Amino acid sequence: MPELKKLISEATQAVADSNDLPALDAVRVQYLGKKGSLTAQMKQLGKLPGDQRREAGQKINAGKDQVQEAIEQRKAILESAALEAKLADEVIDVSLPGRGTSSGGLHPVTRVLERIEDLFSQMGFDVASGREIEDDYHNFEALNIPAHHPARAMHDTFYVDVETEGDEKLLLRTHTSTVQIRYMEKNKPPFKAIAPGRVYRCDSDLTHTPMFHQFEGFIVDENVSFADLKGILMDFMQKFFEKELSLRYRPSYFPFTEPSAEVDIECVNCGGEGCRICSHTGWLEVLGCGMMHPKVLESVGIDSEKYTGLAFGLGVERLTMLRYGVTDLRQLFENDLRLLQQFK
Amino acid sequence: MKFSEQWLREWVSPDVSTEDLAHRLTMAGLEVDAIENVAGEFSKVVVGEVLTVSKHPDADKLKICTVNIGEPDALQIVCGASNVIIGMRVPTALVGAKLPGGLKIKKGKLRGEVSHGMLCSAVELGLAEQADGLMPLPVDAQPGTDMRDYLNLDDVSIELGLTPNRGDCLGMVGLARETGVLFELDATAPDMPIVKSSTDEKFAVAVQASEDCPRYVGRVIRNVDMKQETPLWMQERLRRSGLRAINPVVDVTNYVLLELGQPMHAFDIDKLHGGIWVRKAIRNESLTLLDGNRVELNPDTLIIADVKGPLAIAGIMGGESSGVTDESTHLFLESAFFAPLSIAGRARRYGLHTDSSHRFERGVDPELQVRAIERATSLLLDIVGGEAGPVVEVVSEQHLPSRDAITLRAARINRVLGLEVDSASIPEILIRLGMAIEEQGEGVWLVTPPSFRFDITLEVDLIEEIGRIVGYDSIPATAAQSQLSMSMVDESHIPLRRIRQRLVDRGYQEAVTYSFIDPALQKRFSPTQSAIALTNPLAADMSVMRTSLLPGLVETVKYNLNRQQERVQIFECGVKYLLQDAEINEENTLSMMVSGNSINQHWNVEKRPFDYYDMKADIESLLEMAGGVEGVEFTAAEHPVLHPGQTAQITRNGEEIGWIGALHPALAGEMGVPSGVICCELRLDALQKGLIPQFEAISKYPSIRRDIAIIVDVAITAHQVCACIKNAAGDYLQNLELFDVYSGKGVDSERKSLALGLTLQASSRTLTEEDVEQVMDNVLTALNKECSANLRD
Repeated sequence: MPELKKLISEATQAVADSNDLPALDAVRVQYLGKKGSLTAQMKQLGKLPGDQRREAGQKINAGKDQVQEAIEQRKAILESAALEAKLADEVIDVSLPGRGTSSGGLHPVTRVLERIEDLFSQMGFDVASGREIEDDYHNFEALNIPAHHPARAMHDTFYVDVETEGDEKLLLRTHTSTVQIRYMEKNKPPFKAIAPGRVYRCDSDLTHTPMFHQFEGFIVDENVSFADLKGILMDFMQKFFEKELSLRYRPSYFPFTEPSAEVDIECVNCGGEGCRICSHTGWLEVLGCGMMHPKVLESVGIDSEKYTGLAFGLGVERLTMLRYGVTDLRQLFENDLRLLQQFK
Repeated sequence: MKFSEQWLREWVSPDVSTEDLAHRLTMAGLEVDAIENVAGEFSKVVVGEVLTVSKHPDADKLKICTVNIGEPDALQIVCGASNVIIGMRVPTALVGAKLPGGLKIKKGKLRGEVSHGMLCSAVELGLAEQADGLMPLPVDAQPGTDMRDYLNLDDVSIELGLTPNRGDCLGMVGLARETGVLFELDATAPDMPIVKSSTDEKFAVAVQASEDCPRYVGRVIRNVDMKQETPLWMQERLRRSGLRAINPVVDVTNYVLLELGQPMHAFDIDKLHGGIWVRKAIRNESLTLLDGNRVELNPDTLIIADVKGPLAIAGIMGGESSGVTDESTHLFLESAFFAPLSIAGRARRYGLHTDSSHRFERGVDPELQVRAIERATSLLLDIVGGEAGPVVEVVSEQHLPSRDAITLRAARINRVLGLEVDSASIPEILIRLGMAIEEQGEGVWLVTPPSFRFDITLEVDLIEEIGRIVGYDSIPATAAQSQLSMSMVDESHIPLRRIRQRLVDRGYQEAVTYSFIDPALQKRFSPTQSAIALTNPLAADMSVMRTSLLPGLVETVKYNLNRQQERVQIFECGVKYLLQDAEINEENTLSMMVSGNSINQHWNVEKRPFDYYDMKADIESLLEMAGGVEGVEFTAAEHPVLHPGQTAQITRNGEEIGWIGALHPALAGEMGVPSGVICCELRLDALQKGLIPQFEAISKYPSIRRDIAIIVDVAITAHQVCACIKNAAGDYLQNLELFDVYSGKGVDSERKSLALGLTLQASSRTLTEEDVEQVMDNVLTALNKECSANLRD
């Protein structure tokens, strides 16, 4: 059957020449389809003498199988090429910017306040708050700063023009120590709390803004001592700055604590060597503290013989500047996005 | 308090360097603020005696002097100062001298005349800020003496920042005592002789306000010679303590003020009438003070008066008319103890702060007055001569401050300080500090503080003294002990930090703006809210408390736009200060503000400006955290600073929780920000009230979704349509999505098309086609009835 041989050879050639899957399928239909030329060969078997049919049939079938095989192989090649082409077509520039909103950030002062809260929360400190427009009693009297006390001159106080019953003067709190009183009026010892918030002094220059943030911390219990105060502050400073730091305590005077101290930390910038940040002293003054004055405890009805209290107050901006290297205090309140965006 | 180290060392001289002395003082609570040399750095400057002065042939303003410097040959020096005269002693810089500021003196010619040095002013030696010509030295100054030796200039001024409780250290006597305690040395006072009176003359003193002035000491001094100069050593001590020499009488009273801490006053007795009368001022009295200012006296002010009226504000400042001048010859010297509470705050009220008021406010030793007047008299007589009368003293013992004995327990020291202090050293320290001490038993003492310590009234004050002297550094740092217990955490309360973090994650930058703002802005942003004004603002544009956070945020937007930051997305959490029915309400508030494009320019996303719906989604995100958006409505409303067509009042279950909208274009124009700024202001307490999640069983049965497109009047709001659908669909409705809004071609101009997807599901069975049809029928009927909605063709 020379014709069959030719047909198979033509078919395999056509398969090999198919460049895509539709062309290959057309070849399949042309030779192997219902009306295909190889199928047609089968139909002509009947015309052959009986003894030749079997052999011829086998040959045609073998030929069909051969073509089918070629098609399968070609199909596999073409499919793989098509996938390759599709993949090649789908290549993207992975370096192009991603889509969607970029995140903002917290104000550095908030960031520090949250850090402070986290550290003290570990020790079980409550977070307390109070009013910003305060009365004279909570800002001064109850803190053992009576009218005309020289310590008042150290608080450049903003007063507000609001008439009150009993003519009491209202003011913008000059420190968060007010919250000590507010908290102790509501709670019974033992307790420990911190009170972060805005405070105000009428002072504005390179190193002062009329509004700033402080946080006050205090413990009242039956057996807290100055040594405990030193322990807490040491712990806090080292954890806050993530550094082994020395602290030094200078006796000082706050009417609401006795004994009182001002605390310097070893300069976080130069490690105590002396630099511009610490005015070449190696020390940075960061906070005031002391044991609560018995009069303060008594002003809120706490037995000062039974209980002792420790208290400390820090400027948050100062810590912020030291922690992040911000050099100009006033920049913290300009809200320049170029500064804020550095605190993601 | 500023003092000379040399002066202190005359009283007590620990064997340590200046730096160590300063450190020890600082660590004992007497903080050293500054240490400065008392003169500039200079060398080869000696005392010169001007022998001759002649005119310079070629220069009108120059003179040629010959100057004796203790050498056989006098020097020729050309000088430009106008006060040079024959015979004067003057600091003379020799050839080779180095002066402060690096000036080197060389032999030179001035307009042709040789000059072998320079005659100096006080400024040129770094001894003063300004000077009027050459520095004249006393006529007994020995020519050739090195100036540094002559004036003992190898000395420093130490400036202390004393805390208000340590009035006792506002004099050399107190500083020396304190230094002695710290270094365990005895302080010795200079010899202070008592002056025998040489006349019997007394000037009458009547103290009416004995409570305010428990002790008044005075003395007459006749025939003083005010032409005399204050000796250079005293002038130098005053200078090194920050005071200027004025005249011998003032200088001596100032010297005693610095030495003993006793403020004194000298009157010209010829200007006094009748006698001294210490009393409170009477209404309508006034007085011209030494500084030339006339003040109306307040009746709570203690004054020194005579029969004619006020002479001085007691303990604060003398009057102009009765003060000592260069013409005075007869004096009345005052040395009094005024009670701190009678002086405190008064000086400030008159806008004054004097060395005297500073000390009386803090407490002057009530036992000091006689000693001080004796000291002053003896110094004065040495300088200006004269005859002193007897010391007159009016005292009201009952009003003198009493020092009550205080019980001190060693156990309490330990409990407060957390330090075991050696029992033997406790009395030792207290005695050195001037306390009287009596042992009451093992570890218990009765301690009486000295008259000069106004700050020690309680046991804890003594404990502080012990701690201070032992040194805070010797107190250990211990871990506080506490009962382990957990506190209740309210899970339904949304912490502020979660709200902040959510906004940060959604792209917002947190701002912190001032609580006080410009009153004009306050009025513009909250025209119906009255503001709380500051009585003493720093600046007019920071003079009222904010009643909204928006002004600060608008200014922040503007600030950043001016710095090429065109996309601003900020928020602030803070207080606004509302005055409601005379009550101050500090309302915790969250404000947000956006301007510019919703995202930064992107290669693949079309840019568009921020709009209302961006911020609405941010607010909804916060509300979802705080108990969900159920019951929350955004209702079109009007607000004075917002765009009338793009503003919503936000309510939750009928209660207002805030506002959102576009800034009114007119206001944007006024503020200098572009239109299209979107902002909101929300009550934080509403955002912090959340719910504890309650689990609901998840249906096992499939859900079915049906989409509908309806046409409604443009005035019908999405909220109306959704509410109508929810109501009509019943319990099977699991979710409703509004996914398209269309108006324009193909839709009537008065109408719009809304496309909504309803997801239906039952919890106990699979919904049948009939169930779904029934729900959709109900929905469409209700929509038609309530919203005049038709299905879109």
